[in-house]
Amino acid sequence: MAAPLTLVLIVAVTIRAALFRSSLAELISERVEVVSPLNAWKRVVEGLALLDLGVSPYSGDVFHETPLIIYLFHFVVDYAEIVYMLADCITAVALYLAVQHYNKNVFRKQKYALKDDRYPHDCLELMRSPKEMFYIPLKVAMFYLWNPFTILSCVAKSTCGLNNAVIALFILSTIKGSALLSAIFLALATYQSIYPLTLFAPALIYLLQRLCLPVNLRRPSFWLFASQYAFMYFGSLLVIVCLSFFLLSSWDFIPSVYGFILSVPDLTPNIGLFWYFFAEMFEHFRLFFICVFQINIFFYSIPLSIKLKDHPVFLMFMQIAVISIFKSYPTVGDIALYMAFLPVWNHLYRFLRNIFLVCCVLLACSALFPVLWHLWIYAGSANSNFYYAITLLFNLAQILLVSDYFYAYLRREHHLSHGLYLKRKDGSEATLVLK
Amino acid sequence: MRSHRTETVLTNTDAVSALDKSDPCDTEVPLPPQQVPKMAAHSSILLLLAFAAICCLQLCQVSADVDQTKSGEPYTEPNQVSIERKLEKPDEVPPIVSDIDPIEKEQDDKQWQSTEEAMVKPETTKEIAPPPPFKDEFKEELVIRPLQSGDIYASFQFRTLWDTDFLKGKRVSHYHLFPKSLGQVISKFSVRELHISFTQGFWRTMQWGQPFLPSPPGAELWVWFQDSVTDVDGAWKELTNVLSGIFCASLNFIDSTNTVQPSASFKPLGLENVTDPRFLRYAMLPREIVCTENLTPWKKLLPCGSKAGLAVLMKSEKLFHSSFHSEAIHIRPVCQDVECKALSWELRQTLNVVFDVHTSGQGKKEWSLFKMFSRTLTEACPLASSSKVHVDVTDNPEGELFDLLPVSPLLTQSVVLGDRRTYAMYDLTNKDTFGSTRSLNLLVRWKSDGGEMMRPLLHSERYVAGFGLQTGEIHTLIYNYHPYRAFPVLLMETVPWYLRLYIHTLTVTSKNKDNKPSYIHYQPSKDRLRPHLLEMLVQLPPNSVTEVTVQFERALLKWTEYTPDPNHGFYVGSSVISGLVPSMVAMDTNNTRERPLFSSFFPCKEESSYFVRVYTEPLLVNLPTPDFSMPYNVICLTCTVVAVGYGSFYNLLTRTFQVEEPSAGLVKRLANVIRRWRGVPQL
Repeated sequence: MAAPLTLVLIVAVTIRAALFRSSLAELISERVEVVSPLNAWKRVVEGLALLDLGVSPYSGDVFHETPLIIYLFHFVVDYAEIVYMLADCITAVALYLAVQHYNKNVFRKQKYALKDDRYPHDCLELMRSPKEMFYIPLKVAMFYLWNPFTILSCVAKSTCGLNNAVIALFILSTIKGSALLSAIFLALATYQSIYPLTLFAPALIYLLQRLCLPVNLRRPSFWLFASQYAFMYFGSLLVIVCLSFFLLSSWDFIPSVYGFILSVPDLTPNIGLFWYFFAEMFEHFRLFFICVFQINIFFYSIPLSIKLKDHPVFLMFMQIAVISIFKSYPTVGDIALYMAFLPVWNHLYRFLRNIFLVCCVLLACSALFPVLWHLWIYAGSANSNFYYAITLLFNLAQILLVSDYFYAYLRREHHLSHGLYLKRKDGSEATLVLK
Repeated sequence: MRSHRTETVLTNTDAVSALDKSDPCDTEVPLPPQQVPKMAAHSSILLLLAFAAICCLQLCQVSADVDQTKSGEPYTEPNQVSIERKLEKPDEVPPIVSDIDPIEKEQDDKQWQSTEEAMVKPETTKEIAPPPPFKDEFKEELVIRPLQSGDIYASFQFRTLWDTDFLKGKRVSHYHLFPKSLGQVISKFSVRELHISFTQGFWRTMQWGQPFLPSPPGAELWVWFQDSVTDVDGAWKELTNVLSGIFCASLNFIDSTNTVQPSASFKPLGLENVTDPRFLRYAMLPREIVCTENLTPWKKLLPCGSKAGLAVLMKSEKLFHSSFHSEAIHIRPVCQDVECKALSWELRQTLNVVFDVHTSGQGKKEWSLFKMFSRTLTEACPLASSSKVHVDVTDNPEGELFDLLPVSPLLTQSVVLGDRRTYAMYDLTNKDTFGSTRSLNLLVRWKSDGGEMMRPLLHSERYVAGFGLQTGEIHTLIYNYHPYRAFPVLLMETVPWYLRLYIHTLTVTSKNKDNKPSYIHYQPSKDRLRPHLLEMLVQLPPNSVTEVTVQFERALLKWTEYTPDPNHGFYVGSSVISGLVPSMVAMDTNNTRERPLFSSFFPCKEESSYFVRVYTEPLLVNLPTPDFSMPYNVICLTCTVVAVGYGSFYNLLTRTFQVEEPSAGLVKRLANVIRRWRGVPQL
């Protein structure tokens, strides 16, 4: 199994190395779809240049990376390309291992359930075979490494790739059951961009499940473990934040990184929903809508955790997807991370309702982004509405994709408990509806 | 010729007789001031008198020959005579029908003007009569430099010096020459130095040479506060609003987004060099349009207003019909005397104009005061202790290029901006200057096309490169035309926050080589709060072009942050280049010139270098714009997409899967309701 993965890695690295050497690299690194003010490589270099000039990089409004990133690149700025390729490889391998482990668990659970005869008899065709599950980890690695979005993001040297690596390591350590490592990586991911905070719930649920502790608010054992995990998480977050304080001996980075993420002052166009909305917003409603939009991202974690408390990995996927759709400065690199999980949900394919339409829209939008950008910014024959329309459509397609997978997942679970071929009272074939 | 000379002699020696008066203007002034109104009323009698005078011209000529030998009349150039003789002409025809020749018109104009001034005069003389308790002094000066491009550069300077201190203890409440409005501003805001300029047009260094006082297009304001000021930003905010009221300018648009604190480029020019940049504020409004409403309050600050002195020339319809117009005010503390124990305040009001004589004069290069200003000079400001007009005649030592009329008896030489210049000087406090016509109308007639102007040693250009609305690059070219000497200059760029500069893309190259600045002060911008400030010290190699480039990214602003004409673009203020430029005098290697040998070996002299400030062009940069017409649509559409996300999740989260039971149709349900009512079994 290692050989195909190595092959995938080699091909991915070759593609990236070739693109780094080509003239396309510069073009890609300027694309607003690929880099945002938060993670553009140009701004990292600017931060380093400011440090060299003896100016605090956070005194201006160009640099919004965390102090650890600037510290990292202070040493490896000359090997940045290798760092980014390495980060992508780490993400892919971590996801590969995590999914492999997860699939083993899923299969084991299914085996026990079958043994206990817990599934309705007509659900046999919903059962997953080891044969189809065998290639899923490899597909996940491939989906991540060969995804054009990831390649673009890597070639543009967007620090999004590093964040993805941290999140992938967090997923791996969570699935492997290491609470401490999981808390540390989650803290790192939160430190990089606040939003992964919502991954706290799925990680906690998964670790509880692994320890065979029921997710029950009335049980003291639940609270004991939850407080343990929270302590590890917040402790490591505190350590990291203090470490950054000592690196630059100032707290300037807090407003410059987190204030910048939350208050959205930079309206540079990107593929998200924020930029045009807040460019066109009436001044007295701005604060209200910023609050609404930011709460929107965090708020989903509560109902999703309740609904999916038995399926923490799917919950994780949902959370990552919600973050990448609704975050304030999204880039294609964020989308690539949750898209890497799609092969894991291969078995949901038969329940997806509009996957074909969504795929077509996503592809068309990806092609139209540069076209309409060119028309607006360079040719001057279109205006901002054109680009905005495409971002709307792109986000709509993403929302449909994610909710479709959510629907399919819930439906499969329903079938697994109620049987696949449901009958009406009168014996005719029934259709399932949400009520 | 001869006859005229006699006239001047006669008036000067007060040997006034009806026979000698060939010019009506001459008759007025020797009269006592009390008689003037009466005289004005009887102007018709005057005309008659003038007629009589012409009749007696022959007689007068005879007597003149005798008088000339008696009174030792100072030597006057023949040129002057010829022009004044020409001026005699209109006296022979009635002055009312004088719209054919501009000179005639001029004469007519002068006539009534001089009577008016004569009426004003008694009051002003009364005012200065008591011994002044104010230790203040006012000087006015006009420098005219014919430029090689055919344009005329006129530079007015008005200096008021007051031996008082606004800031030490006692409140100053009695003002004499110093304008009260500015004095109050200085004491209220504890201003150490104040420099403000309003400029319309751009100074073309390559065609016009260096200006005496450079200023950038638009408005520029820089102020040094006293080190006792605690809230500098608050004082600055208030000060800009007050000045905005005083000068009727939009200085109230100065806020933190266009204010910087340059660390090196703007040092105090007056006494007590507090050089901590915390007390300095500098702002530029490149978009400011300067017009009459700014000139009028500026003129009001002069002791004589625009009633007398050089300021009578400032008629806005002419001043603003020019290629370049710049008015400025500089206030600074200076030494009272050589020992510099006490302090006095200097207010310098300057006005620089460049007239495009070439186009407005139908291709002729001739100019005169009247042509430029539609006024002539008739007197000095009575309150001025010195009132002079200088005309640059450096290129015209033997009069081979142009004739300057009337010829001045006084030539002065001074080193201005590193170049030795010769000026013909006219002292307005001296009555002789005005001659017999009682008015001074300087006139230049060109004989041949001018020679080559010496290129200014320091010159710069700036432009934006790149296409599209995403990124761009600012190029600043600094030229050093000195043949063999390198010198350092300070370059200061202030770029608004919405052009995000990337300082790591800064390159400085001269002669295709990297030229690393020895000092860089960079203050990055804060969105909606602070502009970028980039200052650097660049060494300019001799005879080279130094190119400074820096890349920027154009930001998309909120729709309310755009100007009403967003597609016009956004202005970026001029960058400021200041440096000590090696003097032309010092670099003079022309050994052919007659000079004592001991003076010529070492090239450096006392004025080996001089300070020059060069302002580059302001930039006009386009930014991407949102569609201003559809905020509602955008809010609705984006909210719809978010609602679709929320709705579909809400749907899946709150509902459960259920088998769909076929629901009865409407008709069936209605029938069942009726059947229930009737008590019949349902369908």
